[in-house]
Amino acid sequence: MSSEPLIFELSSPGRRAVRFPKPQVSSREAASLIPPALLRKQPPALPEVSELDLVRHFTHLSTRNIGVDTNLYPLGSCTMKYNPRVNEDAAALPGFAGLHPLQDAGDSQGALELLWQCERWLKEVSGMDAVCLQPSAGAQGELAALMVVRAYHHSKGRSPQVVLVPDSSHGTNPASAALCGYRVETVRSDAEGQVDLEDLRAKLSDQVACLMMTNPNTVGVFEKAIPAIAAMLHAVDAQLYYDGANLNAICGLARPGDMGCDLMHFNVHKTFSTPHGGGGPGAGPIAVRGHLEPFLPVPRVAREGERYRLDEAGHPSSIGRVRCFSGQFGILVRTYAYLLAMGGDGLPEMARGAVLNANYLLARLGQAFDAPYGWRCMHEFVLSLKRQARERGVGALDYAKRLLDHGYHAPTVYFPLIVPEAVMIEPTETESKEALDRFAEALLAVDAEAARDPQILRSAPVSTAVGRLDEAGAARSPDLRWQPRA
Amino acid sequence: MAAYLPHTPGDIQRMLQAVGAASIDELFAGVPEALRLARPLALPAGLSEMEVAAEMARLAARNAPATGLDSYLGGGAYERYIPSVVGSLSGRSEFFTAYTPYQPEMTQGMLQAIYEYQSMVSLLTGMDVSNASLYEGGHALAEAALMACAATGRRRLVLGAGIHPEQRQVLATYVASLGVELKDAPVSPTGATDPQVLKELVDGSTAALLLANPNFYGGLEDGAAAAGLAHAQGALLVAAVDPVSLALLAPPGEFGADIACGEGQALGIPLSFGGPYLGFLACRKELVRRMPGRLAGRTTDNRGQQGFVLTLQTREQHIRREKATSNICTNQALMALRALIHLSALGPKGLAEAADLSLQGAHYLAGRLCQAPGVSLAFSGPFFCEFTLHLPSPAEGVAKALRQQGILAGLPLSRWEPGRTHDLLVCATEVKTRAQLDRYAQALPAALAQAKEAA
Repeated sequence: MSSEPLIFELSSPGRRAVRFPKPQVSSREAASLIPPALLRKQPPALPEVSELDLVRHFTHLSTRNIGVDTNLYPLGSCTMKYNPRVNEDAAALPGFAGLHPLQDAGDSQGALELLWQCERWLKEVSGMDAVCLQPSAGAQGELAALMVVRAYHHSKGRSPQVVLVPDSSHGTNPASAALCGYRVETVRSDAEGQVDLEDLRAKLSDQVACLMMTNPNTVGVFEKAIPAIAAMLHAVDAQLYYDGANLNAICGLARPGDMGCDLMHFNVHKTFSTPHGGGGPGAGPIAVRGHLEPFLPVPRVAREGERYRLDEAGHPSSIGRVRCFSGQFGILVRTYAYLLAMGGDGLPEMARGAVLNANYLLARLGQAFDAPYGWRCMHEFVLSLKRQARERGVGALDYAKRLLDHGYHAPTVYFPLIVPEAVMIEPTETESKEALDRFAEALLAVDAEAARDPQILRSAPVSTAVGRLDEAGAARSPDLRWQPRA
Repeated sequence: MAAYLPHTPGDIQRMLQAVGAASIDELFAGVPEALRLARPLALPAGLSEMEVAAEMARLAARNAPATGLDSYLGGGAYERYIPSVVGSLSGRSEFFTAYTPYQPEMTQGMLQAIYEYQSMVSLLTGMDVSNASLYEGGHALAEAALMACAATGRRRLVLGAGIHPEQRQVLATYVASLGVELKDAPVSPTGATDPQVLKELVDGSTAALLLANPNFYGGLEDGAAAAGLAHAQGALLVAAVDPVSLALLAPPGEFGADIACGEGQALGIPLSFGGPYLGFLACRKELVRRMPGRLAGRTTDNRGQQGFVLTLQTREQHIRREKATSNICTNQALMALRALIHLSALGPKGLAEAADLSLQGAHYLAGRLCQAPGVSLAFSGPFFCEFTLHLPSPAEGVAKALRQQGILAGLPLSRWEPGRTHDLLVCATEVKTRAQLDRYAQALPAALAQAKEAA
C-alpha cells in the first residue's frame, strides 16, 4: 500500500469543499469594526481541497487503521469490547447533541435525569455511597479522587504526604499522585503478583494518604487480601483507592465498596463499551463512600421531587471544578444506553463472559507459552516470553509485530513492568469462541515460526501499510507538523 | 442471553471443557466468597435494543435543545455549522473503535490525522507546535499554566480579565495543592484588561500572564502589549483563544504568546451539553519537551516509506510515571479528528467566511438590540461575535420572557458575577439568519416591558 499524501499536499489554491451563504446583513470592513493592529495579517495556510478529495483522503486514512470492528483487539488492560451502534444513535439525537451546556435546568430535564440515573447505576455497581460523573477520563478521575482524599484529610487537620502504588500499577497512578502534590512510594508485589503485605506494612505510617490498587491487578490476579489491606490503611486513616481499569472482570459480582475501598474511578470506555475513539474521548466517573462525598467535584446533579438541576452552592467543601460544564455528556449517554441494555442481570454475565473468554484463550495457548501466574486468570492474563527470548532471540516485541501480519492489533507488551518479556492479553466477553480460536491459532503459528526461523519475526511486519518505524529517529529530531513553503 | 454476548450454552460447555473447569463460577475461585455480592444487582433487567432506543428518545425529548430554538448562547460553547463530511468521516469505525495508536503499523490513519491536526492548530495559532489534544478548554488552560510554572520555576499566575469563569475554576482546582497563587485583573470599561493594572500585577515572581482573547465578556485584548509586559519580567504569555476568531484576529504566535490554548468545540463538535469537547495546546518549539499529552511525529519505516509514530513519549506517564509532565493518558483523539476534518472542509476561505458572517451578524444584532429603550453595550471596546448587553432591568427576567418566544436571548452574567444583574452575554454565529436576528430585536422591547412588570 503506497503512503497517503498529507492533506496539505492535496491542496490547490481556489479549491474548496464547503461554502457559506452570502451575508444577509449589510457588511462592513473588519478593519472598521476592530482596530487593524488586532487583526490577522496573513490567512492561515489551511489546505484548499474539493469535497471529494477530502472524503477520499480521510477514507484512505481510515483504511490504514484498524479497530474492534476490524478484528479481535487483544490489547491487555484496555478492554477493547464491541461498541454498540444503538449507543451512537442515542448520542446523536438532537435532544442531546444540540443541547447547550448553559441552558436552564428547565430546558435540560432529560439530560439531567440521564445523569442522575447514570449515577444511581454506578452507585449500585460500585457499592459506594455517591458518584460524580464530571471527570473527563480515567486519569482525571484519579486526580480528582486524590484531591478528594487531600481535602478529606485537611478537613481533619491532617496533611499526609505519601501515596502508595504497587509496582504493577498503571503509569497514571503515580503521575496523578504527583500532579496532586503527593510523594509517590512503590509497594512490591509478591511471587503471586499480589501486593506484598510485609512491604506494605513497612511503608505504612500516618504520612500515608492513600494506596491506589487495581483489582484484579494488572497481571490479572484478584488481590485476595484486599479487606486486610483496607483495615491496615484505615488504622492510620489512609484511604484505599480502587482503580477501575479492570472492573470488567468482576462487575456485578463483587463490589469495590464491599471490599473496603473508599473511592474509585470507572473507565466507561473500558467497562461500559463507549468507543475508545483512537485515543479518546472517554469518561472517568468517580464513586466514594459517604465520608468523602462532601469533597466531590461540582457541579453535582440534584433531584427534588421529579425535578433535576445542577448544584454547586450546596457543596461548600467540594474540591471545585475539574472541567467546564457537565462532564463528557455524550459519552455518558452511550454509557447509560449500554447499562440499560445490559441491565442488572446482564452486567454479571458480562463479567463472567470476560473471565471465561480469557481463561479459554489462556488454555488454548498453554501448550506453547509460559504463564508466570498460573493457568487460571480473571479477565486478562500475562504471558512471559523470557524463555523464547533466551532460546530463540525473539521476544515480546517480535511476536507482537508478527501478529500484525495476521491482521491483529498487537497485545500489550512489556507491561506490567514486573514481568520480563510480558505479553498481556484481554479478549473481552464480546468475542465468540470461533474468534478466540482464530486468534489462538495465529499466535501459535507465530510461535511455530519463531522456532523454525526467528528472522521472520524480526523482519515483521511485512503486510502492513508501513514496516517497523524509526521511533528513535522520530524522538531525536522531532518532525511534529507540516510547514508551508516560505 | 445478555446483550452483546455471543456464546451459546454449547459454546460455554466446550470452552469450560478446554479450560478444565466444571462451571464459570469455578473460574472465580480466586475471589473470596465473603467479597462476592450475594444478591443480584438492585437494577432493572436488561432491555432489547428497541426498548433502549425508545428510552433514550424519551429522555432526549425532555430537552429543549438550543439548536431547535433561536439561540444566542455562547460563553465557551458555540452553535456553528458542522459540514456533513465531519460526522460521516469521523464516524468511520476504523477510527472510532480503535485504541490509542501505540501500535503504529496498525494505526497509521489516526497517527497521520493527529499529525495533520497538530499542523493545522500550529498554523491557526501561529505557534511552532501543537500537541495531540487535551480534554477541553479548562483543562488546556490548567495544563498551560502548569507548563509555565515548570518552565520558569515560578509559582504565581496573573489572570487577565474575562478568563472564562469555569476555566478559571478548573485552573484553581488543578493548582490548589501545588502552592500556586492566582492574581486576577479586573475588567476595564472597554471590556478588556487595563494594561496599567497588568503592569502592576506582573512582576519578577510571575510565571505567566494568562489572557483570554476574545475574553469572556467578548472584549478583545492587546496581546502584543501583554506579551511585552510579561516578557520584560521573564514571565510567559499564555493566550486562551477561540479558534474560529483566528481567521480574523491576530494569532497568539503573531503577538508573541509563548503558549496558546483553548476550547476547540467550535471546530465541528456538537454542543452535546458540554462534552466531549476538545482542549488544544500549542507552544514555541523551545517548550515542546514540557508539553503535556501525546505528540505524533513523522518518521520513516524500514522500507524507506514515510510513516507516523507517537513520539517524545519520555514526557508521558506510561514511561516516566510520577515524573511525567502530566497524568493525561486517554485524550480526545476523535474530537481532534473532527476538528481536522472541519478545518479541511472549510479551508482558509470557509473559515474566514464563518468568522466574517459571525462578526457581521453580531454587530448587526448589537446595533438592533441597542435601539430598544434603555439597552446599551456594557463595554465600549471592540468585539468579535459575542458582546455584553446592559439592560434596564435584571437580565434573568428578560431572558425568561424571551424564552417564552422560543428565543434563548443570552447568558445572564449574574450566574458568575452576582453584582452584574443587568448584563447579558449575547452571541451570534454564522448560523443565524437575518430573519432570526430581526425577530430577536423585535421581541426585545416587549420582553423588557414584561420583565419590568414581573419585577
